[in-house]
Amino acid sequence: MKKVLTTCGYCGCGCNFYLNINKGEIVGVTPKFDHPVSKGKLCIKGWQGFGFVRHRDRLKKPLIRNAAGEFEEASWEEAYKYVVNKLSNIKEKHGGNSIGFLSSARCTNEENYLLVKLARAVLDSNNIDHCARL
Amino acid sequence: MTNSIEELAQADVIFVIGSNTTEQHPLIGMRIVEAVRKNGAKLIVADPRKIRLSDFATIDVRLTPGTNLAFINGILNTIVTEGLANEEFIASRTEGYEEFKASVLKFTPEKVEELTGVPAATIREIARIYAKATNASIVYAMGITQHVTGTANVKALANLALITGQIGKEASGVNPLRGQNNVQGACDMGALPDVLPGYQKLSEEDVLNKFAQKWGQNFAHGKGLTVSKMMEEAAHGGIKALYVMGENPVLSDPDSSHVEEGLQNVELLVVQDIFMTETAKFAHVILPGASFIEKDGTFTNTERRVQRVRKALDPIGEAKPDWLILTELIKAFGYEASYTHPKDIMDEINQLVPSYGGITYERLENQGLQWPCPSVDHPGTKYLHKDKFSRGLGKFTPAVYRPAEEQVSEEYPFLLTTGRVQHHYHTGTMTRRSWALDREYPDGFIEINSEDGKALGIWNHSRVKVISARGEIEARAVLTDRIKQGVVFMTFHFGDSPVNKLTNRNLDPDVEIPELKVCAVRIEGVR
Repeated sequence: MKKVLTTCGYCGCGCNFYLNINKGEIVGVTPKFDHPVSKGKLCIKGWQGFGFVRHRDRLKKPLIRNAAGEFEEASWEEAYKYVVNKLSNIKEKHGGNSIGFLSSARCTNEENYLLVKLARAVLDSNNIDHCARL
Repeated sequence: MTNSIEELAQADVIFVIGSNTTEQHPLIGMRIVEAVRKNGAKLIVADPRKIRLSDFATIDVRLTPGTNLAFINGILNTIVTEGLANEEFIASRTEGYEEFKASVLKFTPEKVEELTGVPAATIREIARIYAKATNASIVYAMGITQHVTGTANVKALANLALITGQIGKEASGVNPLRGQNNVQGACDMGALPDVLPGYQKLSEEDVLNKFAQKWGQNFAHGKGLTVSKMMEEAAHGGIKALYVMGENPVLSDPDSSHVEEGLQNVELLVVQDIFMTETAKFAHVILPGASFIEKDGTFTNTERRVQRVRKALDPIGEAKPDWLILTELIKAFGYEASYTHPKDIMDEINQLVPSYGGITYERLENQGLQWPCPSVDHPGTKYLHKDKFSRGLGKFTPAVYRPAEEQVSEEYPFLLTTGRVQHHYHTGTMTRRSWALDREYPDGFIEINSEDGKALGIWNHSRVKVISARGEIEARAVLTDRIKQGVVFMTFHFGDSPVNKLTNRNLDPDVEIPELKVCAVRIEGVR
């Protein structure tokens, strides 16, 4: 069994715990005893909040809406090409500020930084925000 | 937070206002309970509902939603008129006191009692306990900020810390609890329309030159739209495309019909997420991302502690870590992006964001670091504003009052306020799919005062219709004495009782935060 130390993905407390992994499955959670916030304790979400990760509803492939208005599975190449073409056209026609970006308080620092860079440096848009206000 | 979570244990007074800490920040809530039970700290709680912390409070106050500002001004008035102010701190560390003092005189506890329903004597007692404490910590959350007076509320709490000198030392300060795991980090990284990463100014030439070296000469450095304004512009045609990563505005933003209108109106909606959310259903293209369990990176918690997130499982199916999707997308646009691991991105952040200058993956291996941490030999910062404030002197803001924008009427006689429960998280995308959590709170409910319920002829656990000027939804009624009469409470976790169909788009004029905590509704039984 493998134990992976990580930071909880729910609230702003930032408790740490070990995910116990056996044969590619989470089989339990062990709190970290010397962590300055959690001190060996966890809330119900820390103990039980991992069930979603292998839930049948997870999105597993890129999806593109077809002419009939339905989602169709696509390859990553097709999805990137679709996004790049559409966004480039809109930027060309209406300018970067016609594009809005909503970043995520659930994603990592590195990911937030990259989305800001995508908005401001690549697509020339000032419109970047996230749900800090909600 | 200006302080660290650990310091709460040393506070001899903790003032919790607009934060249901045991539900939303359970481990901080536990720390507060410990401070009371083990160290004998005095706890003051102000909330529209009797929350779990109320049971441990020395003074527990039921506030009508939207009256925080009057209430805090009443406390400030008492401190001024009873000579409880910390003159030495005011003289050496602050400015604007005289103007503030004149403005707060009209908020006598008697006047505030009229506005808030809190007895004048209680307001005076709170002022005395807080001002006379050796170390007093203020703890607040969205109950303070999600109002048209959100900014004014925060400034009033800052006044309270300044006038008593309860800031800039161990266990004394103003501590907003950031709700989501990495909302602090998202702000730090510049996912805001008016600053660059690290809260650096869009107008400073040195800053722009520094960024130009990594971002290219012509990057956009103007002030952009907030999420509320983007949604409005999407509906009106000013925004043609939206790129939404890991957010669910259909459930989380106010007045969802308006949000849906905007999402339907744009030419392109890109959604990057781990589930088919209510928002993703409107998308033209969906990019499957990875959850925090399936990728590497860092999160920054509410006390500014940057910590490692580590991959424990491979991403499901063909899903990819979000940093990799963004890296590949930037490359597909023909730009350079040579990141092979989140560590490479952090290297770039180290160079551009001074407060993260010394926060490297090597140092984070065993434990987190609290920013500001400008260099690799810096130990990080436990609490802020020790010898001086970021702006030099702490500035008093003149006291004002403005009631909530929406008030009850004959047609909508109840005030609805929103919040969360411990078992669910935000729009429930993850927790509602974790069976052990969803089992405990499987459906949307509305808390109604038992007396109000009786008057309406509603039974406990019967279905009711909740109607506002924006829309109507159904939920299960929970009759309780823990909520003030005339006030009702719902959470926004449940897609089948989407409370934001009811809420309004009245915004704070300074930061455009919506007044999600106050909305007038009427309640009808469902046959």
